[in-house]
Amino acid sequence: MHFEYNVVSGDFSNAGTASSQIKKVLKQLNVDSVTIKRIVVALYEAEVNVVAHSYGGTIFADIDTKEIILRLKDTGPGIPDIKQAMKEGYSTASPQVREMGFGAGMGLPNIKKNADKLDIKSEVGVGTEVMIMVKLNDN
Amino acid sequence: MKVEEIVKKLDLKVFSGENGLSNEINNGYASDLLSDVMGSAEAGSAWITLQTHKNIMAIASLKELSAIILVKGYKPEEDTANQSNEENIPILGTDKQAFEIAGELYNLLKK
Repeated sequence: MHFEYNVVSGDFSNAGTASSQIKKVLKQLNVDSVTIKRIVVALYEAEVNVVAHSYGGTIFADIDTKEIILRLKDTGPGIPDIKQAMKEGYSTASPQVREMGFGAGMGLPNIKKNADKLDIKSEVGVGTEVMIMVKLNDN
Repeated sequence: MKVEEIVKKLDLKVFSGENGLSNEINNGYASDLLSDVMGSAEAGSAWITLQTHKNIMAIASLKELSAIILVKGYKPEEDTANQSNEENIPILGTDKQAFEIAGELYNLLKK
């Protein structure tokens, strides 16, 4: 199964829409609830990152019986130092975004904790591609 | 314990999501950092926060939380309340600050 969702830069009121839809699909597929929770946490954080940091992007979700692969491709400033971005507590979010309770530097670490595989490719001034893989029904 | 019992015992306001008043609350989580709640709150919890924007509902829904308790007299924004009604996850309110209401809820759930 393949799904695509458009993510608009700065549109916080719709952040989480793709995560919510994917959650519904996984429930219908009878994926166990522990796995669904992990996928939802990882995808929500990645979705919010696109809203907060990029100029806009697309989420591509591919689900088969063994795994879900989520690709989030955005155009935007990119991440100059991925290793630093992965550190808990490090954030480049704006003061406005932080006031909303985002930008605590927990997003990427949350994704890493919940994904079976996380791969980030980024080019400064061009954009970022985040790949998240979670194995299904493997608990 | 059901949300409606907690509303009565802690004298909370009900802003929205009345259809979810029979949800069960098994635990609580107090935090204003959304990623912290996303990463660590348990399903079936009441979430104590001062955040009022719509993203708290996205998190409550994705994490299957039972209710949100806004502290210090904060009220939900209109689109937040609308989504609470759609999702049947009540948004409750108190004039107390987070430390006090968390303590009261903890004592109530511990019994």
